[in-house]
Amino acid sequence: MTRRLAGAALGLATLVLLAVVWELYKWLGPADGWSIGEARVLPRTSDLAMPHTWEILSRLADPLTAAPGAPSLARAVLAAGAFSFGIALLSWLLGVTVGILLALGMQRLRVVESAVLPLVILSQTIPLIALAPLVRGWGSRLYLGPVEWEPWMSVAVIASYLAFFPVAVGALRGLQSPDTIHVELMRSYGAGWWATLLRLRLPASVPHLLPALRLAAANAVVGTVVAEVATGIPGGLGRMILEFANFASSDPAKPWAPLLGAVLLGLVVAGLVALIGLPLSRFRRVEVSA
Amino acid sequence: MTTQTAPQREEHPRGAVAVEVTGATRVFQGSAGTVTALDGVDLTVGAGEFVSLIGPSGCGKSTLLRLIADLDRPSAGTIEVFGRTAEQARLAHDYGIAFQQAGLLPWRTVRANIELPLAMHGTGRAARRERADYLVELVGLAEFADHYPDQLSGGMQQRVAIARAVAEEPSLLLMDEPFGALDEMTRERLQGELVRICAETRAAVVFVTHSIPEAVFLSDRVVVMSARPGRIREVVDIDLTRAARSDEGLREDAAYFAAVTRVREALHHGSPAPAQGVELR
Ligand SMILES: Nc1ncnc2c1ncn2[C@@H]1O[C@H](COP(=O)(O)OP(=O)(O)OP(=O)(O)O)[C@@H](O)[C@H]1O
Ligand SMILES: [Mg+2]
Repeated sequence: MTRRLAGAALGLATLVLLAVVWELYKWLGPADGWSIGEARVLPRTSDLAMPHTWEILSRLADPLTAAPGAPSLARAVLAAGAFSFGIALLSWLLGVTVGILLALGMQRLRVVESAVLPLVILSQTIPLIALAPLVRGWGSRLYLGPVEWEPWMSVAVIASYLAFFPVAVGALRGLQSPDTIHVELMRSYGAGWWATLLRLRLPASVPHLLPALRLAAANAVVGTVVAEVATGIPGGLGRMILEFANFASSDPAKPWAPLLGAVLLGLVVAGLVALIGLPLSRFRRVEVSA
Repeated sequence: MTTQTAPQREEHPRGAVAVEVTGATRVFQGSAGTVTALDGVDLTVGAGEFVSLIGPSGCGKSTLLRLIADLDRPSAGTIEVFGRTAEQARLAHDYGIAFQQAGLLPWRTVRANIELPLAMHGTGRAARRERADYLVELVGLAEFADHYPDQLSGGMQQRVAIARAVAEEPSLLLMDEPFGALDEMTRERLQGELVRICAETRAAVVFVTHSIPEAVFLSDRVVVMSARPGRIREVVDIDLTRAARSDEGLREDAAYFAAVTRVREALHHGSPAPAQGVELR
């Protein structure tokens, strides 16, 4: 418990440190940034390019627009974050399910492993940006009976496409991790594939699976936000980042707000995945040989 | 069906023969050529009998044990366990097995590890718990029942592995150097425990070892093997009673030393230098 508290404190300290580095650079860095030829290597430090951290924070409390009755910026960001969170969670679940099913298939049959594993790895070389319009196009042409293909479903599919990969690879490694001695012990009990899976392979895969789930969560968040940007779907943080970029000169603190929202989203999702690990701690014990 | 004949006290409930190996040959095909690990081995283990396999490293002891356990198949020959094929016997949970390494599941407590074979074969929770309680007591680990394997010493882990092997009261125990990695003191203690457990469960045992004193102390018969190709060279009968064995004084007994000498001579017979890999203590 104290270790978990220490971890949270460390995380908080890192955030503060980040803010300090930001302010230090803003204070000491060259106002016009630093360029090699045409390429700017270090950003400008003007109030337009890098507003003070406290300005970004205080902007959150102000209304979204000048229109009467507009909600505060923080509220709007939270609402967009909640929308993106829903999609990210769904795509995480989808990715984890697909990843684990693929891993099970690959563990069960060598043929499947040699056929599917290269495809799984190849799949990650296709850039997300290229994929987004394609999926959106396919989705709109899908006929699902009474259910209509909603644009957010495209986002979920694209994000889960990023999320399934670490799970497939991690789960496969985990399922294959038991030692020969344990596999033979199961055989000596006359255990079939299912019994061996439940008693041996799944528990043994936990240490490999947990980091994979965490990676998948990060991928789901990034995938969701990027896919929202790429497809331009309204409601989420991705679209908000696009829209608020226009205020860079008139309201320089505003474009940073959805980015903060994305960071918060990442933290929330990472925290949720960490919760999954809590009841599984005994499966992370390692064997010490006699 | 009941018969009126007098009860035969010598009759084992599972019949007279535990293991019947006939002409077992195992040839391994490797990239560096073929290795004949076993060549025409015949071996009969009676019900309730304790048989040790001893011989130089690489003579096929483990291979023979794995054939009996149906963890491997013979290239030629047949193996019967209680009158069935080795596979049927494995699927019927006829034997318990212990290896040189304890091989406990790290995420299960001592108690849960001992309960594993029972859980896998559908024994009820209460019966499982009762049996595990009895067994942790038997191997002297009652206070450690709720510890995890990584909190135990190697010797303690090995005791758990033995308790797990006997959990289902198998009529046959297969053990491959189960005390190999232990210090001499722990080893002698566990040998004593094993004799006690076998006397209680009346199990037949096939026991692989490198130690002549250990083989003699535990066995009714010691099977001496030779390598390349793996064959049975000699079978030495040890006529020490089980009662004598549970007595620690046996290790200083003259009959015991005579038996040790006979096994040693059988091992060295035909080989001028001491056989490699066999402890001559
Ligand atoms: N899976 C395998 N593939 C190829 N060769 C094998 C295999 N298993 C055993 N062998 C060979 O069979 C022979 C007998 O091996 P085995 O493990 O039965 O010996 P052992 O008597 O148990 O030796 P040790 O006392 O060192 O444990 C050895 O020469 C070994 O190289
Ligand atoms: Mg061996």
